[in-house]
Amino acid sequence: MKKTFKLEDLDCANCAAKMETAINKLEGVKKATVSFMTQKMTIEAEDDRFDEVVQAAVKCISRVEPDCRVILK
Amino acid sequence: MTRKQKKTLLRIVLAALLLVAAALLPAEGLWKALAFAVPWLVIGYDVLWDAVRGIAHGQVFDEKFLMAVATIGAFAVGEYPEAAAVMLFYQIGEWFQSIAVGRSRKSIAALMDIRPEFAVVLRDGQEEEVDPEEVSVGETILIRPGDRIPLDGTVLEGQSSLNTAALTGESLPVDVAPGDRVVSGSINMTGVLQVRAESAYEDSTVARILELVENSAEKKARVESFITRFARWYTPCVVIGALLLALLPPLFVGNWGEWIHRALIFLVVSCPCALVVSVPLSFFGGIGGASRVGILIKGANDLETLAKVDTVAFDKTGTLTRGVFQVDAVHPKELTADALLDIAAAAESRSNHPVAESIVAAHGGHIDPARLGAVRELAGMGLEAEVDGEIFYVGNGKLMAQVGADWHECHLPGTVVHIARGREYLGHIVINDQLKPDAREAIAALKRLGVKQSVLLTGDRQKVAEAVAKELGVDDLRAELLPGQKVEEVERLLQSGAKLAFVGDGINDAPVLARADVGIAMGAMGSDAAIESADVVLMDDKPSRLPLAVKIARKTMRIVRENIGFALAVKFVILALGALGIADMWLAVFGDVGVLILAILNAMRCMLPVE
Repeated sequence: MKKTFKLEDLDCANCAAKMETAINKLEGVKKATVSFMTQKMTIEAEDDRFDEVVQAAVKCISRVEPDCRVILK
Repeated sequence: MTRKQKKTLLRIVLAALLLVAAALLPAEGLWKALAFAVPWLVIGYDVLWDAVRGIAHGQVFDEKFLMAVATIGAFAVGEYPEAAAVMLFYQIGEWFQSIAVGRSRKSIAALMDIRPEFAVVLRDGQEEEVDPEEVSVGETILIRPGDRIPLDGTVLEGQSSLNTAALTGESLPVDVAPGDRVVSGSINMTGVLQVRAESAYEDSTVARILELVENSAEKKARVESFITRFARWYTPCVVIGALLLALLPPLFVGNWGEWIHRALIFLVVSCPCALVVSVPLSFFGGIGGASRVGILIKGANDLETLAKVDTVAFDKTGTLTRGVFQVDAVHPKELTADALLDIAAAAESRSNHPVAESIVAAHGGHIDPARLGAVRELAGMGLEAEVDGEIFYVGNGKLMAQVGADWHECHLPGTVVHIARGREYLGHIVINDQLKPDAREAIAALKRLGVKQSVLLTGDRQKVAEAVAKELGVDDLRAELLPGQKVEEVERLLQSGAKLAFVGDGINDAPVLARADVGIAMGAMGSDAAIESADVVLMDDKPSRLPLAVKIARKTMRIVRENIGFALAVKFVILALGALGIADMWLAVFGDVGVLILAILNAMRCMLPVE
């Protein structure tokens, strides 16, 4: 499954790169991109673990940039 | 500006005023430190707080942490104004970055502002305004002047001009009448149209284009991944360098304060921000600027490859030629040209073969249907038709040979239609696909850009291909290729080490488009297959967009290289000068924030139109 999330207040490009590295290291993630330009995160992960992966990704993001919020639809 | 950006701006102004006030204050010693600590805290409290949180999470090389350490260190060695100023400029840089990126994102979104807001559907004779996503295929939609066409479809009623500039970059309006296809995203300008919806919103041209542009950030260029990897090493290395500089030399030569000061300079330039933000910003701008002129580039990696292309292979029909047949010459034996054309047009008037249509179109006048009697199709040869009570044969050389007419080949290339009255040969008509008006110029422009080789790959006959290649100035050609052989030719070119772009009309070239380094689909408005399989989509069917695409790609790559070179050079020079004790804190701030701002401004040039 592949899904895109909007990120709010993602303020630095280096942070986006760090988030991307961290999320890609998470278990169950096939491919993740965090785009500073479009302020969007795309996660491709196994279907049955998807929600779990997204939760972990949100944690990664707030660890790198505490102000940045993920809009979960 | 967002609320956060406004708030930061306010803090920047306030901190700047407080900093000036502190500088004017005649305080000394601890009081002076306190006076400068006020602006430092006003501008930097969130940085300090994030730094603390960062450490709690084990983020040692976090830039906020490093800024905190650098400024606290500056206080420790008695450089109070510098401490506050470093923090202030750091925040200015961050603020600027946020504004610049927000602005480019918005202007690119505006370029791509093709999303239809609503659709007016006719349901049981009533007009109903709904979301385009709620319209089903087969429903009739009403489009008023000024409205955006919400879905791809066919005109049922009404005539109008459409503005397709947002899709193709072409400012000339397109006239449509009943039976014509309209493409979602274009704007209806003059008349009211009733259109039968032929695709659901998510399959419509406009939805596909938007998806493509939005996802382009996912496909990163090699240089982008390289910079991200570099950034991951750069910061730790500089920080370790700072530690060594602060600890090792003083063990031998003493003077701790001086060496710590030099180490702080390292920390200030340890952020790779300028590189990390300017590279994706450049690509984003380049892709956005290209989409404004109807060139859709699917990813930064494709833009990177496009800049390096040295060989371009072209499909012929529909790519360099219009794919529309037209009569080139009429060679009668004894009759007048008009009389020969009249007979041929009458004989072909019931056929809908493109060649037949071109003959009828060339005739131009009215053909009385009563003139044409019985018609017999002769598969693979032509037809036997009764015109004005006489039997005529219209077809290829094989047909002429079979009826025993005294025919001959034509010296002109193209499709030749021979005509005989019974066994008497009357002459022939030469029909050719027409070259696109800008095809020749496009190939010349590619040559001027340094593209080494252009190759024509076509399924058409050798003689026709040779004529086209000569006319256009194409270097090489392979004719009479079956679709599978086109892939083989592309493979062969790739093996010879070429950076190959293949340009096709995208309808039956999908495997070739996929195999080339860059697959470019042309005239792709409304063609799903092309948008799927190509890396670059030229919305227009003009070959001259191709050199433009290459120019945009090269300009973007040049800006990316400029930024990388400039940022790295400045940072390394400052590191060197800092280690030697020549650079001061102010220079280091320039190395961080100044470089960041200059790199961003340079990157924003990618969005500007290329002549």
